[in-house]
Amino acid sequence: MMSLNRRTLLKGASAASMALAAPALIGRAAAADPIKLVAILDQSGGLDLLGRPMLAATKLAVDEINAAGGLVDRQIEMISYDPQTTIQFYTQFATQAAAGDRADVVHAGITSASREAIRPLLNRYQSLYFYNTLYEGGVCDMNNFCTGSTPAQTVEKLVPYAMKKWGPKVYVVAADYNYGQITAQWVKKYVADNGGETVDIEFFPLDVSNFGPSIQKIQAAKPDFVMSALVGAAHISFYRQYAGAGLTTQIPLASTTFGLGGEHLLVSPEAAEGMLLCYAYFEEIDTPANKDFIEKLRASSSDEIPYVGETTARSYEGVYLWAEGVKKAGTADRAAVIEALRSPVSFDGPSGHLTIEPKTNHLVQNVYIGEIKNQKIEIIEEFDAQPPSDTLLVCDLDANPNQSTFYFENGLAAAGIE
Amino acid sequence: MDYAAVIVLQVAYGVANLALIGLGLAIIFGMMRVINLAHGEFLMLGGYTVVVATNNGVNLWLAMLVLAPVVVGLIGVIVERVLIRFLYGRMIDTLLATWGLSLFLIGLVTTIFGPTTTTTVSPPVGALHIGAFFSSGYELFLIVITLVLFALVYAVMKFTKLGLLARGTMQRADMAAALGVSTSTIYMITFGLGSAVAGLAGALLAPITGVVPTIGAAYIAKAFITVISGGAAILAGTASAAALLGFINQVVTFITGPTVGEVALLVAAIILLRLLPTGITGRFFRRSL
Repeated sequence: MMSLNRRTLLKGASAASMALAAPALIGRAAAADPIKLVAILDQSGGLDLLGRPMLAATKLAVDEINAAGGLVDRQIEMISYDPQTTIQFYTQFATQAAAGDRADVVHAGITSASREAIRPLLNRYQSLYFYNTLYEGGVCDMNNFCTGSTPAQTVEKLVPYAMKKWGPKVYVVAADYNYGQITAQWVKKYVADNGGETVDIEFFPLDVSNFGPSIQKIQAAKPDFVMSALVGAAHISFYRQYAGAGLTTQIPLASTTFGLGGEHLLVSPEAAEGMLLCYAYFEEIDTPANKDFIEKLRASSSDEIPYVGETTARSYEGVYLWAEGVKKAGTADRAAVIEALRSPVSFDGPSGHLTIEPKTNHLVQNVYIGEIKNQKIEIIEEFDAQPPSDTLLVCDLDANPNQSTFYFENGLAAAGIE
Repeated sequence: MDYAAVIVLQVAYGVANLALIGLGLAIIFGMMRVINLAHGEFLMLGGYTVVVATNNGVNLWLAMLVLAPVVVGLIGVIVERVLIRFLYGRMIDTLLATWGLSLFLIGLVTTIFGPTTTTTVSPPVGALHIGAFFSSGYELFLIVITLVLFALVYAVMKFTKLGLLARGTMQRADMAAALGVSTSTIYMITFGLGSAVAGLAGALLAPITGVVPTIGAAYIAKAFITVISGGAAILAGTASAAALLGFINQVVTFITGPTVGEVALLVAAIILLRLLPTGITGRFFRRSL
């Protein structure tokens, strides 16, 4: 009640001051105020490798929409903040975006931790939130649209493909935090679903760079292939040391994390040769829309972008999906845009045809399997229109519109999935 | 049997790895009482020297074994002249100053080379076959070179005039000065030597860990734990602490996994320092170097 009173009071005060300043404002009132889009993406700190091209892609989309005349006759004003890979700054800037800037939409967050820090906050302030990174699935929130791929879209496709190619015994190495832990559980589930066997799962703290013992354990376990969900700069050492021991040709690798930031260009050609990857987007997708996007992105970015990965393309497409929602709603008003987005809207972007899946606010999207050949990725399989079936297992916003839950926060068992 | 041999090799490598990243710090912190929080960045600079040199066509061995220590040693000398020499005897102040230096170096390298390097240096030694197992030949090479490096530092400290003057200066600077030693020069050379060893270590590790501007963070904690657990004697201390902690780390990693392995290393260091507050060489090998 308190805040309501204050808000009414502020409204009254601002109305009064508007009346006083009216003659000065009349001229400007004719041109509509811009729609505000706030981007909070790490431009420094450990995640800038991903965050910088994501912001460049977001900006490119905004500039293109503005150049084409804006949305509902209004221009988009983009405000961006650099949270410096620090969660505390994320909450600070999200509060600023919602309460200070009165953002119409917030495109923000790379890690699940940053998303979970700002999601409840943006929900409370009723600021529409787009999260454009692939993640472990399970977010069920009317106010939050997750456009990245989830394990049901990538792991589910990659595991059977790799098992068919190499054999049923799988060894999992993963980063020891939320994403790695949950992805490893998905791998285990899909390996079992396809009649295979997960011989061992090993988790590595993010700053571990000595993988010797694990490389020997992998050899002792004799798997048919190794599935990696390792993340970050220190973990790239794994691939170097794996190749250093001459194992790349003995026990092949598959991953749903490698190559996202162009890691295949950071290790020697032999270290990544033959590795299988799976994402909703590869720079190598051979369509005119994608070629056009990559050309424009590289031309517009002041940073050099060695490789355009899923997070970058999805940041661009995320803005366009939201814009489709605004166009359909005819207004930037949050409730109307959410309703329009879930009606649902579609967009044909560089990664192909995207449609919002209204039960989960995730995407039905194409998924691609790629193989690394001499530091280049060759797309070898394409799966059209994959639903986020993992999140669909637990989430139904049509039936329960008031949910605001992250179901897989404590693993799959907590969400009732075996 | 093969597996046992592989495990022994891995444990030896774990020990050598700790000793290698700790040695430069042992000279700068253990001998000179300068808390060098930029030690990790000195290792990083060694790695970058190799990357830049090999990009320009320099032979990898030459870049690792000669160029990296020379370049980082020179950087060390400059740092000592413009920053560290005003802070001798003020240990906490060196901590702040070198922390600032570490942030500066990360920023500088990021500005010059970008947040990642697209350059790839492969280990110059191929894989090693032990029965049915494959192991990294380069790791074996690192074990050998760590032993050589320790022998070299021992020889310099024990048998050369420079070593004698350095040891004397670090023990009683005022007395050494009274005897006509230019302590300022000795400090500079010692700091430069410590930096050179750090640069060499960073260069040697670059092919198997890669280099990014922030890689120093992965080394700094382990280097300090090793040196502090080792105690006053720089060589014996670093070697014995690396042997103990590296052994525990690798064996626990083999039995459980890397997460518990890292925890075991830290717990071992805490227990060790609770029992031996002045480190291993505070109680054992007291008269050693």
